[in-house]
Amino acid sequence: MSNHSKAKKPLSDRRKFILNMARGVGYAAIGGMVWSAYLEEAKASPLVLRPPAAIKENDFLKTCIKCGLCVEACPYDTLKLAKPGDQKPIGTPFFTPREIPCYMCEDIPCVPVCPSGALDEASVTVDGHLDINVADMGLAVIDENSCVAFWGIQCDACYRACPILGQAITVEYSKNERTGKHAFMKPVVHADACTGCGMCEQACVTEKPAIFILPREVAMGKAGSHYIKGWDKKDEARLKDAHAIHTTTNVSRKKAVDKLNAGFEGLLDE
Amino acid sequence: MNKIWNNYRYLILRRFTQIGILILFFGANAWGWKILEGNLSTSKIFGIIPMSDPYAVLQMVAAGAVVATDLLLGVAVVTLFYFFVGGRAFCSWVCPINMVTDSANWLRRVFDIDRAQLQKQPIGRNTRYWVLGISLIVSAVMGLAAFEFISPISMLHRGIVFGIGFGWAAVLIIFVFDLFVLKNGWCGHICPLGGFYSLLGKFSFIRVHHIEENCTLCMKCKVVCPEKQVLHMIGKESIPVLSGECTNCARCIEVCDDDALKFSIRDLIQNKKTGE
Repeated sequence: MSNHSKAKKPLSDRRKFILNMARGVGYAAIGGMVWSAYLEEAKASPLVLRPPAAIKENDFLKTCIKCGLCVEACPYDTLKLAKPGDQKPIGTPFFTPREIPCYMCEDIPCVPVCPSGALDEASVTVDGHLDINVADMGLAVIDENSCVAFWGIQCDACYRACPILGQAITVEYSKNERTGKHAFMKPVVHADACTGCGMCEQACVTEKPAIFILPREVAMGKAGSHYIKGWDKKDEARLKDAHAIHTTTNVSRKKAVDKLNAGFEGLLDE
Repeated sequence: MNKIWNNYRYLILRRFTQIGILILFFGANAWGWKILEGNLSTSKIFGIIPMSDPYAVLQMVAAGAVVATDLLLGVAVVTLFYFFVGGRAFCSWVCPINMVTDSANWLRRVFDIDRAQLQKQPIGRNTRYWVLGISLIVSAVMGLAAFEFISPISMLHRGIVFGIGFGWAAVLIIFVFDLFVLKNGWCGHICPLGGFYSLLGKFSFIRVHHIEENCTLCMKCKVVCPEKQVLHMIGKESIPVLSGECTNCARCIEVCDDDALKFSIRDLIQNKKTGE
């Protein structure tokens, strides 16, 4: 009965307002966090291949307005807008080279129509003219285990299909030691020339392509600034951004010479 | 025949614009028509006049994107139109989800689901403004346009133009939600785009106007209205519907048998008032 006897004052309007706002903020926080968690998963698609001249993936995701004008401009139906269920960031343009590769139109119709700047015309413009050969959609990667040319079977399908023939893919000759009298004619991809158009992937004769396009960030490693091609002036430029990390331990606190002159005292104890 | 036209004239016109816009978009992608290219996020009329979804661009700004001039021009075109002319007309005259929620609403009336659910609605109509606010915060935190990633509106219109994938599931969820869970649940309570246009269209010129002397208090208008709180003046005073939440769908006008509701221009009304 104590609940009844203890007469409760009705809540003041101010208190009601504050409590309601607090409840709203609570709901908003829950909703916002669930929403963010979903987005974190939904935007993660490291293997997606973008149209030519696409800006960096992180910027692309915030800049592309998903209008599909690039898709409509593509004369080969290469580009698609990601649908729910495609497991790619929804509504953004991508292509699947094994199905339809990028045919590298000289006038690059998909790029100038982009209203948002997610496809950056400047990145495929050389001396005031559009040049699809400098596009970077990805990089062809060869699986030497399933590529029949590495078995010794003659196949140059990817080499022939390459629109930058002789530059992005070359064929390397070597002796087939197994038979002793035949040659290997192995395809080699050159990262500096390859645009990632995917014509090679589409042309590949194996059941699942032995040469395929991956986004450059996925396909390539990074040497870092502690390895420099000393014979290459351009490569040395990378040192500009380099910064050393200094680690001090008990051993390195003194100069090496002092340490040696001190007769290794205490060095072995550590 | 005349009666059907009279009772459904705006509904027929709205379906005409909603479906017509989708057909033009579809034709642009499928057959290369140049009348209306793109989709509701951003489009070009005759390859010249740009249009962009101002709410999508607002999210992009929150996400920290560099917004291109083309988009800003498109935003200006759309914003000026709805701000001065259309009000929240996007929701009832353009948005394809409107056909989904209208049909859910119609079924509610046919099966009398409204009467079976007299208990208090679980969420209020201000929820959409909260969702609008959260969408901008989430956009800023996650660095992408948050609502564009989950928008059933985009999934549907993009789906119709470019292929829908599993997008139909999102549309079905909204249909079932509106049918069984909450009357006018999506368009009238949750959709942040509707909330955005409610704020943007608050001052537009085209308004529904109530003529109290003609009203017989039959309340047919309140039965069909998807935002019936905006019709608070029915049978009370002759004033225009000034709430931005009115979608200018004009269902109230066509169901009214007593000529107590009509479209008019805001300025003229005010002149009339001062003249009286």
